[in-house]
Amino acid sequence: MSTLTNITLKVWRQDGPDEQGRFETHQIPEIPAEASFLEMLDFLNERLVAENKEAIVFDHDCREGICGTCSLMIDGRAHGPQHGTATCQLHMRTFASGDEIVIEPWRAAAFPIIKDLMTDRAPLDRIIEAGGFITAATGGAPDANLIPIPKPVADASMDAAACIGCGACVAACPNGAANLFTGAKIAHLNLLPQGQAERFQRSEAMVETMDEYFGSCTNHGECEAACPKEISIDVIAVMNADYLKSKLKNRKSLSRT
Amino acid sequence: MSITLDSKIPEGPMADKWSNYIASQKLVNPANKRKFKIIVVGTGLAGASAAATLGELGYQVEAFTFHDSPRRAHSIAAQGGINAAKNYQGDGDSVHRLFYDTVKGGDFRAREANVHRLAEVSVNIIDQMVAQGVPFAREYGGMLSNRSFGGAQVSRTFYARGQTGQQLLIGAYQQLARQIGLGNVTLWNRTEMVDVVNIDGRCAGIVTRDLLNGEVTSHSAHAVVLATGGYGNAFYLSTNAMACNVTAAWRAHRRGAAFANPCYTQIHPTCIPQADDFQSKLTLMSESLRNDGRIWVPKNPDETRSPDQIPEADRDYYLERIYPSFGNLAPRDVSSRAAKRAVDAGQGVGPLKNGVYLDFADAISRLGLDVVWERYSNLFEMYERITGEDPRVVPMRIYPASHYTMGGLWVDYELQTTIPGLFCAGEANFSDHGANRLGASALMQGLSDGYFVLPYTMAPYLSEWLNKPIPDTSHEAFAAAEAEASDRFARYLATNGTRGPDHFHRELGKIIWDYCGMDRNKAGLEKALAEIPALHDEFQKDLNVTGSDTSVNQTLEKAARVDDFFELGMLMCQDALVREESCGGHFRSEHQTQEGEAKRDDENFAHVTAWEWSGDMAAPIEHREPLEYEVMKFQTRSYK
Ligand SMILES: Cc1cc2nc3c(=O)[nH]c(=O)nc-3n(C[C@H](O)[C@H](O)[C@H](O)COP(=O)(O)OP(=O)(O)OC[C@H]3O[C@@H](n4cnc5c(N)ncnc54)[C@H](O)[C@@H]3O)c2cc1C
Ligand code: SF4
Ligand code: FES
Repeated sequence: MSTLTNITLKVWRQDGPDEQGRFETHQIPEIPAEASFLEMLDFLNERLVAENKEAIVFDHDCREGICGTCSLMIDGRAHGPQHGTATCQLHMRTFASGDEIVIEPWRAAAFPIIKDLMTDRAPLDRIIEAGGFITAATGGAPDANLIPIPKPVADASMDAAACIGCGACVAACPNGAANLFTGAKIAHLNLLPQGQAERFQRSEAMVETMDEYFGSCTNHGECEAACPKEISIDVIAVMNADYLKSKLKNRKSLSRT
Repeated sequence: MSITLDSKIPEGPMADKWSNYIASQKLVNPANKRKFKIIVVGTGLAGASAAATLGELGYQVEAFTFHDSPRRAHSIAAQGGINAAKNYQGDGDSVHRLFYDTVKGGDFRAREANVHRLAEVSVNIIDQMVAQGVPFAREYGGMLSNRSFGGAQVSRTFYARGQTGQQLLIGAYQQLARQIGLGNVTLWNRTEMVDVVNIDGRCAGIVTRDLLNGEVTSHSAHAVVLATGGYGNAFYLSTNAMACNVTAAWRAHRRGAAFANPCYTQIHPTCIPQADDFQSKLTLMSESLRNDGRIWVPKNPDETRSPDQIPEADRDYYLERIYPSFGNLAPRDVSSRAAKRAVDAGQGVGPLKNGVYLDFADAISRLGLDVVWERYSNLFEMYERITGEDPRVVPMRIYPASHYTMGGLWVDYELQTTIPGLFCAGEANFSDHGANRLGASALMQGLSDGYFVLPYTMAPYLSEWLNKPIPDTSHEAFAAAEAEASDRFARYLATNGTRGPDHFHRELGKIIWDYCGMDRNKAGLEKALAEIPALHDEFQKDLNVTGSDTSVNQTLEKAARVDDFFELGMLMCQDALVREESCGGHFRSEHQTQEGEAKRDDENFAHVTAWEWSGDMAAPIEHREPLEYEVMKFQTRSYK
């Protein structure tokens, strides 16, 4: 088992949403390569508490890369250096002895800092509430095998549905856009036969809610590179196409009512 | 409050009980539903599905979660799948068979009527989730695909790659989001329930703490649902998400809700072994891997060759050898103990010799790498990220870890606890799995409780309260509970000791794991019952919580949760001590057959033990609900 020595951390500390933030420097003299990045922060926090200092606040839960709670900018990259990997899945073996590591919260206008490394990502929920669902009242569903779904369709839908709602795409985007997140949900639902009835209302409502909170996409592609689930930027094309169509169709259906 | 355990099992033959119940229960008419306010604590599978459905039916719902968003509960981490008696594979599955497997898998310690209902409702869950857009795995013809799971001889498990829990939770979350958007459900995120309040012998509401600013507030309602998950983190190291804790259920227990079978905990056989002392949690490798992976250890404890150099003759495929008909798919408790025996015998593998191999070499040569990769890629990748080893090349190393808790708040057939008006759903209740849960059955139970059971079974209670006002939160009972909660948090901050809550949690977890883990005995349990209060005493004197109670303070949150784990840990050991038999996940080494299998005692222990809080953590009061089997006959569980 190998051990890393002499790690220097520069960690963002901020007491509250409206307070001034600052970098704080901490030394980690020794840490096993098997430890995860967040375990290294746990270790630091236990030390801080033992020194009667306040622990660093950061969001995390599953530590398996699936809940989307963890959210750190590590050396300026959302979720750190390892491709397709959430912060909690990052292990110290990715780093080397003597490294200096800069740790910051998500930086995005739509995600205000709550404290230290924790941000408020509630606007992502607002987008889902606007239309990121299929209306299906409990109890009224037909037999699940009634509508066959070709495997490639189910697979493509699943690829998009893998999004964990972490917000790294927003944090990585120079404009703070949420197009990858929103596109992923629209693609997940709009590709499925069950999603057709609400396809155009959904696309319109979600895109417009997204625009209320987030910046606009200018095709940098940073989102795809940062995404821990490797969601393809193609979902944005699906979203844009359906949004355009929705502007037309929704107007038509309005005139019909 | 003195407790009576009335299970309220409906009359009639087993297969008709649930339909009879639905046909004859009291209803709340649609126009009246909006007069009722219901609090749902927890937005995991059970809570989100309950809150969404109750909101859709027209009730005023308030949903609480300590997560930042309802999309994040622990449910999201479930990998393998969800069972349903659809018989889409035409391999002889039926509601009866799922019922049978679940009662047998639970080692005859579950309530038959509840299990039968679960099996009946299982088919609706799949229909519902598909209608909502859950992208379950499909065959090329477009039909739903199935796999098999431990403890079953049919393929009834539906899955979405290795992310079934994620897809189901996102499905339920989307239904909840829709209700939130429509204004039928009010969401309180980053808000932790810290107490239950009873007025005139029934549940009147809850007290919460805002995790952003420490504010303690009361909320009243006609009825409260707890869907707050399990207590597997009592062991410190477990596969549960970091935030999982017992506080909601425990605080309800302290207010009069009986806690049933706390010693029934499930140790999952396939987790990545601990690598070092810094480890904060263990990662599950889905049991579905056992469909294609073969478990083995070297025959020779002093084996030094790398696994690919060890010839067949020097390997012990111990599950296939001991349990030829179930082989690598033997149930969890059986597989876990077998792994422990191998490691205890010195045959463990890996740098710390604390694991066994789960080998895919045969599957790869039989099916081809592509097929195996298609089935398990995300698990393989996850394993490699954690261990740095590629399971396509080197066999995985696995070892059992705390995973699921069958015990929980006692509930009757209507999922009502011993506090009238307080209901409990999902992993937080004790209801359907007896002494051992089968794989892919927790997701099924959570969604069954939330979508298909509570919306019916809460109505009879609610109908009695039509047009009766709910107590105001200015009532003295709320004020007293708020003051108690505030004092408690102030006390953690004021202790000013030297050790943080994690330190105590680790120590506590070690005691519970050593003496109330996979293998229990009288002497060990008595030792734990002496060590836990001593450690709790130190906790109360030497705890150190830095920071304040006016902004986010995760150290303080943790301290309160660990405090409740101490009391729960005592009850787990107490329960394990009085259950003088082995059944399912509860293995008392005094009670085993000559081959080392669990030995049940149906004459004396065919009951649920439900504990009443007495105010003194060393002296809870024991109650029993006898388990009567109408359909199933007691039999020794054999997977040979
Ligand atoms: C790694 C792993 C894999 C699994 N795989 C499978 C599988 O393949 N198939 C299967 O059937 N089962 C599986 N399980 C089990 C299953 O995932 C869980 O039993 C189930 O999801 C629990 O759902 P729940 O809704 O009861 O609770 P949870 O999902 O734990 O949700 C609890 C909710 O309560 C909230 N909460 C808790 N306490 C409070 C409080 N005091 N105040 C406010 N809110 C609170 C939380 O915020 C959360 O929203 C797995 C479990 C693990 C650990
Ligand atoms: S699209 Fe990727 S980066 Fe964006 S929220 Fe989803 S998982 Fe995170
Ligand atoms: S903590 Fe859940 S994804 Fe990282």
